[in-house]
Amino acid sequence: MDDLIADFVAECREMLEALGGEIVAWEAQPDDRARLDSIFRFVHTVKGNCGFFEFPRLEALSHAAEDALADCRAARRAPDAALVSAVLGIIDRIAEMVSAIEAGEDMPAGDDSALIAALAPGAEAASPIVAVAAEGQGKASAAPRTIRLSVELLDRVMSTVSDMVLARNELARRLRESTTDVPVDGAFERLSSIIAEMRDAITRTRMQRIENLFVGLPRMVRDLSAELGKQVLVDVEGGDVELDREMIEMIRDPLTHIIRNAVDHGIETPAERLKSGKREIGLLSVSARQSGNQILIDIHDDGRGIDGKKLVEKAISNGVFSKEDASQLSPREQLALIFEAGLSTAKQITSISGRGVGMDVVRSNVERIGGIVEVDSRPGEGTRMTLRVPLTLTIIPALTVSIAGQHFAIPRSAIDEIVRSNGESVILEHVGGAGVATIRGRRVPEVSLAAILGLDSNVEAKDRTLVVLRPAGGDVYALSVDRIHDHEELVVKPAAPAVMATGLYAGTTLADDGSPILLFDPAGVAAVGGVKLEAHERTARIAEGTTAAAAQATPILLFRGLDGGRRALRLAVVDRIEEVPASAIREAAGQLRVQVGDAILPLAGAAGAEIPADKVRLFRLNDGQHEIGYAFAEVVDFATIENEVIHADRLGEISGVSLIDGEPAELVDVHWLFSSHVGAAARKQEQLVCLVPCWDPWMQNMLRPLVEAAGYRVIDDGEEETADVVIASVGEEPPQEAVENVIWLRPDPEATGKKDQSIYRYDRAGLLMALKSVSAGRGK
Amino acid sequence: MNELLLVVTIAGERVALPAAAVESVVELDTLIPVPRAAPHIAGLSALRSRVLTVVDCMRSLELGETDCSDGIREAAVVELDGHHYALIVDLVEDVVEALSDPQPMRAAMGYGWERVSLGMVESEAGPLLLVDVGALIAGLEAKAVA
Repeated sequence: MDDLIADFVAECREMLEALGGEIVAWEAQPDDRARLDSIFRFVHTVKGNCGFFEFPRLEALSHAAEDALADCRAARRAPDAALVSAVLGIIDRIAEMVSAIEAGEDMPAGDDSALIAALAPGAEAASPIVAVAAEGQGKASAAPRTIRLSVELLDRVMSTVSDMVLARNELARRLRESTTDVPVDGAFERLSSIIAEMRDAITRTRMQRIENLFVGLPRMVRDLSAELGKQVLVDVEGGDVELDREMIEMIRDPLTHIIRNAVDHGIETPAERLKSGKREIGLLSVSARQSGNQILIDIHDDGRGIDGKKLVEKAISNGVFSKEDASQLSPREQLALIFEAGLSTAKQITSISGRGVGMDVVRSNVERIGGIVEVDSRPGEGTRMTLRVPLTLTIIPALTVSIAGQHFAIPRSAIDEIVRSNGESVILEHVGGAGVATIRGRRVPEVSLAAILGLDSNVEAKDRTLVVLRPAGGDVYALSVDRIHDHEELVVKPAAPAVMATGLYAGTTLADDGSPILLFDPAGVAAVGGVKLEAHERTARIAEGTTAAAAQATPILLFRGLDGGRRALRLAVVDRIEEVPASAIREAAGQLRVQVGDAILPLAGAAGAEIPADKVRLFRLNDGQHEIGYAFAEVVDFATIENEVIHADRLGEISGVSLIDGEPAELVDVHWLFSSHVGAAARKQEQLVCLVPCWDPWMQNMLRPLVEAAGYRVIDDGEEETADVVIASVGEEPPQEAVENVIWLRPDPEATGKKDQSIYRYDRAGLLMALKSVSAGRGK
Repeated sequence: MNELLLVVTIAGERVALPAAAVESVVELDTLIPVPRAAPHIAGLSALRSRVLTVVDCMRSLELGETDCSDGIREAAVVELDGHHYALIVDLVEDVVEALSDPQPMRAAMGYGWERVSLGMVESEAGPLLLVDVGALIAGLEAKAVA
């Protein structure tokens, strides 16, 4: 709110300054229409704004002046000297009040009625203008250390800076090609860092607090709920999150629409709420937070929720899909139906939401800016909508791929995973001419980029790489491309209309080598490729066990480690490539770990190397049960091991070296990685069960973690399961009779006699030994 | 009248482009095709770190296809609605001064030219057809709509 008031004050000041000359001119020539108009505009603006801010005196003053001036403009009244002085009096008073607002003081005392009365036709000429002591004058004249800039200018600066980055890239390429002196390189490096800094700064100038978007919400909800006879409390959080100005404008409509829906269809009337045992006032919370380079906006209501079954019925009756298909939908997929066109479960169309703009439009608007809408709802408890939008429109992290020798970029945000067509977990089939990829048991439609683009690819279908894309909330499809190249931050510009008309592209950009690259619009590619994204995701899980593609020369992924070493990993163990902010990596529980999404994985490859300051890329390695992350600097190439492998004579991360593409590369020993990083957790399959009495807080709080760390799964004595070992205190009955292994704990350090087999409760080593001997005995 | 005209040859015909609309004349070397785009979009090229959408004028006029295989082509760079285009022409000849306002052509024009015509202008180089740059860029779609 303070920001808005500051804006208002700044605007008034600006207009007052500009008016300074006008007023004098108008006084000399009261019938000058142009002057009259500009003064009219001023009072009109003031009136409009202060109604919003609740400055009643300002509003009354400006309103009176506006009326009088409107009469003049409509030629109902001739401006005369008396009117001019009355209006001038009012403008002066407005200026005083604006100064007071700016200085954060109370309104100057005084009565405005005399000023207003002076406006009336035929009023006494210029009642003495009560000069209120201008104590705030000194302070107010100190100009704030801000200037107002037109957004257009900022946009121009932004685009110039983008061009500069591109020009820098080109220069970098030229420098690489020619041999240059060290001083030139140094100077260029310095230039590069300055440009990067400048780009950061200019990006920040375009950032706006999302508050600007949120500030109008309470009012909107109030009006809506009054109209609908509902009571809604709005809770707005995270207004200080910053977002690209353009982006704020782009999400304004979708956000408004979601909130309208929530108030209209989500939150019940007070009577209904009371009947279902809720407070009669509905709660609508809107919150924003930043997560990586995305902004998450949550809109949560505690209303009646979305009835997934009703949606499904409606979808069936609309012929979106058959009953059989519908019965296979997961609850999440049912809810996602609200994004299908023409599926509204609202019983009646109200003036609020029933405008023919559905959630399908909301979704497509959000997706157009590279965002995602997610919905989660429980009938009777409420609905949560989440908008995920990128921070800025202009710089997009993208993956470059190539087909038939031509490079294209795919926005990272849409990429789910990348797999090799001939990987073990991937099967490519053709069903009725349509491509179907089965990736780890999940069937996804597969389209060939070469076919979509009408290009001839000389890469065999089985040697291509599948990029699994998720353009809309849940619908994935696989795009087969010849090769994957690199990850780049691209400065994306809109492409010419004739290029956009293809529906395939989201924009153009220049690669480091100065050649133009087209950025794909994943949803558009799917549409052109004939993938039905509008339909729900028909995830079909099938039994694993189909024979994998025949083994050939071992394919490996060649990469450069964080320490610069040239290494290779067997491709089959690389599940996918992820990028995480450096902050997601931390030392925890004795080793480096990385947070990827909701999972925390042990991190390899980063030991002894410097972790990059901003972002870290990592391979997700999977042994079928466990995952670990392996940090790396860049992917060099895909290759196969053809030469002899010289094995290392010591056990460690590197199992050997081999010549790959004419240069030695270290082969990473994945077995060692898993055995040393997953450790105790890797024994889950053969986990032993230990019973710990649940009523004993000491056992539960102090002993249990120790037992779990030793690789046991702990159960309570209420459970049916038979434990492999039971821990009990001396003097108590073991809870499960049938168990042969009982570890007795005694409270005293000293044993009571030679036959006493119990262990002192703080004898950690003894306890672990006892647990170990149980597992060892079991192992035989 | 002293509007300047850029005299170019497209499909063997000498025509005039309004010089004010033309930013520069360049020689294109790299051309990145845009798969699935309208046929007259020859591709993309880069000029001083800007992306140019390259329009093959001959295709736009349905008068054949410019052979881009030999690499370097002459093109006029124009800006339309914030996008930069390079119009591939056979040859860029000269800049001349227009001596008249465009007059409607009263004779039947050749195939393809009708759509892009802004009329005929007199110039030092004789009468020339003034070509609408926007219509050239729009290509066939515009005709389909009209």
